Amino acid sequence: MFRASSLSSQIHTRKFLLANLSRNILQSNLHRDNKNSEVIPIRTNYTSSTNSQISNLEKCTLAVSSALTAFCDPGRGDMIATLGETTGSIFINRMRDHMLRDKTGRRILQERPRIHSSTIDIPYLSSLPLGTFGKEYTNFLDGQNVTPDTRVKVQYIYDDELAYVMQRYRECHDFFHALTKLPANVEGELALKWFELAQTGMPMTLLSSIFGPLKLSSKERERLFKKYVPWALQCGSQCKFLLNVYYEEHWNKNIDEMRNELGIYLVD
Amino acid sequence: MISRNQLKRLHSTIVKPYIYNKGLRSLCSTSIKFHRAQYDTKQEPETHFGFKNVPESMKENLVGQVFENVATKYDVMNDAMSLGVHRLWKDHFIRTMAPGPGTKLLDVAGGTGDIAMGFLNYCKEIHGDASAQVTLLDINPKMLEVGKKRFAKSSYNHTSQATFEIGNAENLSSIPSNSFDVYTIAFGIRNCTHIDRVLREAYRTLKPGGRFMCLEFGKVQNPLISSIYNFYSFQIIPVIGQIIAADRDSYQYLVESIRRFPSQEQFAEMIKDAGFTIVGDGWEDLTFGIVALHSGFKL
Repeated sequence: MFRASSLSSQIHTRKFLLANLSRNILQSNLHRDNKNSEVIPIRTNYTSSTNSQISNLEKCTLAVSSALTAFCDPGRGDMIATLGETTGSIFINRMRDHMLRDKTGRRILQERPRIHSSTIDIPYLSSLPLGTFGKEYTNFLDGQNVTPDTRVKVQYIYDDELAYVMQRYRECHDFFHALTKLPANVEGELALKWFELAQTGMPMTLLSSIFGPLKLSSKERERLFKKYVPWALQCGSQCKFLLNVYYEEHWNKNIDEMRNELGIYLVD
Repeated sequence: MISRNQLKRLHSTIVKPYIYNKGLRSLCSTSIKFHRAQYDTKQEPETHFGFKNVPESMKENLVGQVFENVATKYDVMNDAMSLGVHRLWKDHFIRTMAPGPGTKLLDVAGGTGDIAMGFLNYCKEIHGDASAQVTLLDINPKMLEVGKKRFAKSSYNHTSQATFEIGNAENLSSIPSNSFDVYTIAFGIRNCTHIDRVLREAYRTLKPGGRFMCLEFGKVQNPLISSIYNFYSFQIIPVIGQIIAADRDSYQYLVESIRRFPSQEQFAEMIKDAGFTIVGDGWEDLTFGIVALHSGFKL
């Protein structure tokens, strides 16, 4: 068997050598950034959907119908997700480019960490002292009775990296809640949507921000636009791009210190 | 292990004599080993799952998952996708069956119980009969649950007219032979892996003189209707699936599986091969052939 394979390599020497050469170059490319020769983990922990791509007509229909459904039934988080995926193409590209410009962002794109109850140790986080980022996060989760597993997987974005950016954006939503200390009721979610609008510019955030308040009472709406929206737009546009933060490395950090570093101030 | 492609390339290239002499013996032994290995690890037969091809043993599980996902929204989705027309099809199905009083029906892949309920209602309304019996059989426990809940809310919940069973249409081991007057399978047979086995079991469980009836999606002949139907199937139905049931993939499977099912003529042949006697063509096209009603008698 060994002889037969060397036989084929003798016959196809040129092709074989060339393939090996390019493979070697690729290897060295991979290791260029690392001082130690640690192999970078293969990014197979996240791949985009393997279904065939949907047509543009279907995309439009899906965008419009998911927007209407989300408006009529705000509990359908998956409809907001679909709306984001079908309308977000340019903006997700911009988000990815934003991540590529930052060192931590590049590392996140390379390693593709996922936020799931199997990848983050929630019992450990709730054991951390009060005032740390990890503890605040678990307090938020317990207060709302949610887990990080409720996020829908990206379906309609077919590029691995862009799909990962969208997935990361979805999974970091709860971190935004912890950092901005906004509650998870309708008002808080809308304020956060305005914040995300300032940060990412995605049409889904714009639509939710404009049509969402129609569901509120007039008093709540007044409070939203008087207090929360100015804060959200101001804070969102001046603070660091929040997808460039490797949250999994900051569990122990004091949350006020973290807010200072990121440029987030709380609503008064 | 040398790959088959490499082996082909080797045979087709012109080999220099010394390499040929050196390598020939090992080449022969490798190829023999390769062929023997090929027979040892016989590849599992594949079947279709929508437009994909999967090993046969996997299809049942995959279909099971699909129906588990859609069970709660199945009836709503049927109304939304067919714009209510599926009720007309099923109503016509029951009227064609025209069951008499005291008929025993075996409704396979009965799921949420449309046919079973329609059958009992027909007997009650047309004949004033309360002795008709239906055994609702389905392979998926979730679909059967939905069916049971529906019957619990109906006027039949305290009668013993409807019984529920979990079973595989390809192997109805719990059903004795020659025991039912009518066997129906509505929109279920295309999800079965081995259609011929289903037909054989249908033949076995029917009494002599019994009727086999099958409602299934078919091929549309009219080109204009066909293009509209294709557009609707592939562009609109998965969107409805995503919006209402939050599950696009299951409905993508549904429309693809319709395309992979044999045509009305081919299916009528299969029914004949199972031993049934068919009348005329053996099928009736409904709505331009979108749905076909197949019928056969055990004589």
